[in-house]
Amino acid sequence: MSAETTDEAALADAVEESLAEEEKPEKMVLIAASGDLDKAWPVMILATTGAAYGMDVTVFFTFWGLSILKKPDSGLTGEDWRQKMLAAFNRGSPDKLGLSKLHFAGMGPMMMKGLADKYNVASVQELLELAQEMGVKLWPCQMTMDLMGITQDDIIDGLDRPAGAGAAISLMKEASISLFI
Amino acid sequence: MADITIDARNLQCPMPVLKIARAMKEAKSGQTVELIATDRGALSDIPAWADDMGHSLKEQFEENSELHFILEKT
Repeated sequence: MSAETTDEAALADAVEESLAEEEKPEKMVLIAASGDLDKAWPVMILATTGAAYGMDVTVFFTFWGLSILKKPDSGLTGEDWRQKMLAAFNRGSPDKLGLSKLHFAGMGPMMMKGLADKYNVASVQELLELAQEMGVKLWPCQMTMDLMGITQDDIIDGLDRPAGAGAAISLMKEASISLFI
Repeated sequence: MADITIDARNLQCPMPVLKIARAMKEAKSGQTVELIATDRGALSDIPAWADDMGHSLKEQFEENSELHFILEKT
């Protein structure tokens, strides 16, 4: 009799445990390290789709990936002339991203965007807004911000607090999907 | 006829999945949602999403090159 009670208790515990596990959404982490349009696009497609799967999605924007979060009017960011030069050659905001291949001084992105428009592919800007609506966490990398002289005023609103590699690793250790794009 | 109809025609990946996800989130348990899409990728994406999320795909058919998926919220 007592053994049976123990079995039942153990079973109840197991059920409770599995329920608790079920309630906690799976995690997905994307490291957006590129400011190329052809990388930013899949990042935002996967981020929004992960959210559609009920996942707890975080995108960590580092190095040129931070360009995706820059405001269109952020201009020449930073104090150092080298920071300003880098900003001049690497204008931020989703609309100004270039292609990694076939860029042709901006002709490539223009054709790509024209095609996206024609075939109703949601733009990086639209997907970014959808991601925010869907509760995707967007983390700017603090070190990249310091390195490039980018302040909170230069990047879009509604982001999470700037974070570093530690926070990213902690999250990736628990995540079922982690991608570096 | 489903309780809710979602028009995702002419929208490309990932929009059909995002649209059905939002509709199913808002639907009540037991309600049916019909998604109409023209993105051929939806043929793999919608059943995969429904299976993963535990919603049953009640019906799927194609009519005039439009794909119809009827899902029931669990």
